[in-house]
Amino acid sequence: MIAIVDYGAGNLNSVKKAFDYLGAEAVVTDRPETLAAAGKIVLPGVGHFSSLRALNSTGLRNTLLQSAGAGKPFLGICLGMQWLFEGSEECREIVGAGIFPGQCRQFSSSVKSPHVGWNSLAVQKGSRLLRGVVQDSFVYYTHSFHAPVVDETTAASEYGLRFSAAVERGNTFGVQFHPEKSGDVGLSILKNFCEV
Amino acid sequence: MLTKRIIACLDMDGGRVVKGVKFKNLRDAGDPAECAAAHARSGADEIVMLDITATSGNRRTMLDTVRRTARSLFIPFTVGGGIRRLEDAAAVFDAGADKIAINSAAVRDPTLIGKIAERFGSQAVMVAIDARKVDSGFAVFVAGGRLPTGRDAVSWAQEAAACGAGEILLTSMDRDGTQSGFDCGLVRAVAEAVSIPVIASGGAGSARDFIEVFRHGRADAALAASIFHFGIGNIAEQKRELHHAGVPVRWPC
Repeated sequence: MIAIVDYGAGNLNSVKKAFDYLGAEAVVTDRPETLAAAGKIVLPGVGHFSSLRALNSTGLRNTLLQSAGAGKPFLGICLGMQWLFEGSEECREIVGAGIFPGQCRQFSSSVKSPHVGWNSLAVQKGSRLLRGVVQDSFVYYTHSFHAPVVDETTAASEYGLRFSAAVERGNTFGVQFHPEKSGDVGLSILKNFCEV
Repeated sequence: MLTKRIIACLDMDGGRVVKGVKFKNLRDAGDPAECAAAHARSGADEIVMLDITATSGNRRTMLDTVRRTARSLFIPFTVGGGIRRLEDAAAVFDAGADKIAINSAAVRDPTLIGKIAERFGSQAVMVAIDARKVDSGFAVFVAGGRLPTGRDAVSWAQEAAACGAGEILLTSMDRDGTQSGFDCGLVRAVAEAVSIPVIASGGAGSARDFIEVFRHGRADAALAASIFHFGIGNIAEQKRELHHAGVPVRWPC
């Protein structure tokens, strides 16, 4: 069973709907015990980094860190991926998970922000999550802050600069784009996660 | 590279897709869920569904339609028409929309933009502006183009962005349904005045029109309904032409 973390931010329907479509059992939950019992965890998220504050106040943070630390397959989407880094300029008092190094930063003023639309992926090295995703595949983004390219980056996109589109370490995965909104490419990525 | 988006619009009335000219003379264009899926298959980058009559009797029908359409649609899906309060927006998100479009209600109460953005994120809030060329610039109309507001499209777009809108859906009432090309002057004036993406709408007739609105209108995305219905043209053909003309689009997709 896949647990989709509900921490009161945004709209989680589309992620659940994509797993339903793939035939994977998924539940939307805010209960630490359900997360602890789940086989896989998805941390979705849209909006402001400060909305992640709810993870701390509800005690979900420790459950998520323990699960990821224990090797339970974990997928952070958009804001959920940014949480896997050390933090974000968008809200400095929220401490990220620190599983990937570095801070998320705003796009430069030379490009329109937010970055909205379909951008291409430079798939950098063998990734389990991106298995079968061909070079320059398009995925859908909507965000104003980006994570740096790090050793664990498995795909990058370009928008004024290169940023991490996908990161991977062990069973912990993050994608800045929205696989649930990225057509067949996105569904294939979610399917790969189901099969991890 | 970030691509220019081609968005298919479904104008809805009583659970059916319809299309008019200059906001009038509606014709039936099919079942919404089937239309949306067909557009996604042929390469639409997003789907926008607008309830153009938005009577209270249509609300339940509309939510059912959104739910049915969203079930097997895995590209961004925006729903607009008749959203007057935060609760209306919440119901539409709950039915499966990724973004909502608000028009009249935002003009009446610009704080509604911020209220929805605060709960669902700015990326989920599209402010739709219907504008017509006048001597002094571009005048904003509401209620399906029937009521003048006294507002100017450029300053209203700036205000909407400042209130928390994530995108502007800008329709030229002069060009709507005419297939005579986008109003590049209108689009450019707004696109250069705001930092959020601007979706051009009204007047799409050929691939050349899209090329012009991306190059000269500085649009981030362009929306069309007429040319994608009634077999006049399909999105894949338009995108292929745009790609060959050097406009970055999601192609092949």
